[in-house]
Amino acid sequence: MTKKRTGVFVCHCGNNIAATVDVKKVAEVMATEEGVVYSEDYVYMCSDPGQNAVIQSIKDNNLDSVVISCCSPNLHEKTFRDNAKRAGLNSFTCEIANIREQCAWVHKDRNRATEKAIKISRSAVRRAGRDQPLEPIAVPVTRKVLVIGGGIAGIQAALDIANAGLEVILVEKQATIGGHMLQLSETFPTLDCSQCILSPKMVDVSRHPKIKLMTYSEVKEVSGSVGNFRVNILQKPTFVDAELCKICDDCAAVCPVVVPNEFDLGLTARRAIHIPFAQAIPASYTLDESACLGLNPIRCGKCKDVCEVGAINYDMRPQTLIEDVGAIVVATGYDLYGQEHMNELGGGQIDDVLDGLQFERLCSASGATQGHVLRPSDRTVPKEVVFIQCVGSRDPANHCAYCSKICCMYTAKHASLYKHHVPDGRAYVFYIDIRSGGKGYEEFVQRIMEEDEAIYLRGRVSKLYRKDGKIRVLGTDTLTGQNVEIDADMVVLALAMEPSKGTAEIAKTLKIGRDKDGFLAEAHPKLKPVESVTAGIFLAGCAQGPKDIPETVAQAGAAAAKVIGLLSQNTLSHAPTVAFVRNSHCTGCEMCVSACPYNAISLENGKAVVNEVLCEGCGSCSATCLRAAIEVKNATAMQIHEMIEACLA
Amino acid sequence: MSEQQAEVTTDYEPRIVAFLCKWCSSAGSDLAGVSRIQYPSNATPITVPCSGSVSPMYILSALNKGADGVLVSGCHIGDCHYIEGNFLARRKIHLVKELLGFVGVEPDRFRMSWVSAAEGAKYSQVIKDFVEDLRPLGPQKKLKADRS
Repeated sequence: MTKKRTGVFVCHCGNNIAATVDVKKVAEVMATEEGVVYSEDYVYMCSDPGQNAVIQSIKDNNLDSVVISCCSPNLHEKTFRDNAKRAGLNSFTCEIANIREQCAWVHKDRNRATEKAIKISRSAVRRAGRDQPLEPIAVPVTRKVLVIGGGIAGIQAALDIANAGLEVILVEKQATIGGHMLQLSETFPTLDCSQCILSPKMVDVSRHPKIKLMTYSEVKEVSGSVGNFRVNILQKPTFVDAELCKICDDCAAVCPVVVPNEFDLGLTARRAIHIPFAQAIPASYTLDESACLGLNPIRCGKCKDVCEVGAINYDMRPQTLIEDVGAIVVATGYDLYGQEHMNELGGGQIDDVLDGLQFERLCSASGATQGHVLRPSDRTVPKEVVFIQCVGSRDPANHCAYCSKICCMYTAKHASLYKHHVPDGRAYVFYIDIRSGGKGYEEFVQRIMEEDEAIYLRGRVSKLYRKDGKIRVLGTDTLTGQNVEIDADMVVLALAMEPSKGTAEIAKTLKIGRDKDGFLAEAHPKLKPVESVTAGIFLAGCAQGPKDIPETVAQAGAAAAKVIGLLSQNTLSHAPTVAFVRNSHCTGCEMCVSACPYNAISLENGKAVVNEVLCEGCGSCSATCLRAAIEVKNATAMQIHEMIEACLA
Repeated sequence: MSEQQAEVTTDYEPRIVAFLCKWCSSAGSDLAGVSRIQYPSNATPITVPCSGSVSPMYILSALNKGADGVLVSGCHIGDCHYIEGNFLARRKIHLVKELLGFVGVEPDRFRMSWVSAAEGAKYSQVIKDFVEDLRPLGPQKKLKADRS
């Protein structure tokens, strides 16, 4: 131990810690530790009086380092470091001992929990004993933003950021922006047309001087850190020059290849050369390479022959663009849980059993039936339609444990749309509970039940099967205790929302975490709902969890505000807990150079030199060095050895 | 009955030092806390930046200072916050286990696990399992420095 004047402050956290840990004893034992000159406990250390008491003690006792035994450093490390700074200390000589999440909350035996809290606190005292005062490293900021995903979340975030004057690159995987919202017919609870409210925003994106739109593109690699990311974006070839294309449809008229149209979820067909829908942005056709006969004038070439403006170019190749950005917003959205998982409901094999998005396309004026509700199998008007909620949701044993949040509302909307199209038809809704929290939501559901006379049945459906041209629905009404059998013409499943395909991949590329259900994890469920665990990467929309359009727009705006705040600074401070070299020990063996994942170490005059801006402080170098010549500041081997000792004393 | 077995049958509580990476496993242990998932108090955590920063010297140091078991827990392979730090950690597993066997310490006293920030329940299970697996081995004395 060096000669330090450390103060220890043990928090009760109300009863959160004090109920299990004898906080007074922890403070008493800490007072006897070498280097500790002051120790006390207090009921809420993070409160204003608590923080002021810490400041006063630092001044009164001339402390040069502090240990706060409290909750996880993820919660209040910054609070207490800022507080230490206010008292004139260097913020990096403040250490947190986590005795709540890692101790009080996970143990019941008071004696053992207290013993462990003493070890954790003592360990932090030892670390603080050798902490050096450090100053944050200033790094320049790239004032440009990458938004991944061109659905409503990405569009909103891109517009908000660009309107603040920052440059934005909006990357979308599909040939058009718009996402799933574009596929919806009307939106609850106001029943305004989805495309009518989204299309103007899409046009704004395409015309915005600060937004660079890259559709049919994917983010492949990301390196660097907050303020200075470098991204590789792969742009797939569309084989059509969007600048020249006049969307006249001559090419699609002659294309001989017919494949299912994914925009209409297979309810219609499209050609190999196609436009996802009439108002697509960018307004251009796209030639689907996987469906085309061969991009070869000898094999087909009909589209190229017929295109009067010469927009079609078979020689387009994938292009990789490298861009530097300061922050990233991830808005990669959702997909519906596949019908194939629902064996008891036909597993996607029964005709006229549709998912929610297919029903949207059926109702949409731009959809498969020009807005007439017709059975896909025989194009007759369905007179009995059964809507089933919670399909795949709220079923931890078999499917997704979580509530997909929007299905109660969109099922009510579906029942309403159906009744408006087919006034003499009957709409049945099977539900577990109705969750209609939201402005105007409950009133909307009540209106569908009362005015549109949708028949709500509380219970689940056990089986669907085809019988005499109808779909036999076996369910229960748990309010009457009766079994219910309905011969339906059409069944619509409100399938669970799951993270979009590719979420796992993008999370890996960006090094951001996912939660147990695969959605992107926010840094804190309450206090940091739009931040990922990685600084400079923000989350918006359903990629983070199921949510409806208003919430998505709000979250996208919040993510944009965070980005604008971050990039309003000229320089960012980079954590100074980076690697340093002891020249007297370094033999220039270059082991650390090859261990460093950031290429932050180079050799100069036979000694390792650390680029402090590139170094992230992971410590891979220190674990590799045979001579302890390279170590991370304030996490040195000496500190760790003393912490180990403290844990075992 | 040998001396070691005698100690096992009494209230022997293995002492574990757990090196947790800051980004995944430490956050996973926080989640166990937030979820109030109970587990034995035998392991004292030390948060490190990355599992890749845990030098074999730390593991030997812990055994030398009287630990009965050492846990190193990091992000899942491929999910490392520092790109490839946990690959470096993984490479050291065999090295350390072989070294322990060579000096006469049961290699099972060292354990590596991959616990993500979303796996609070897994963290608690890792600790429970490790404590139970260490019990039959009894106190570790081979590398423990004489502290009488």
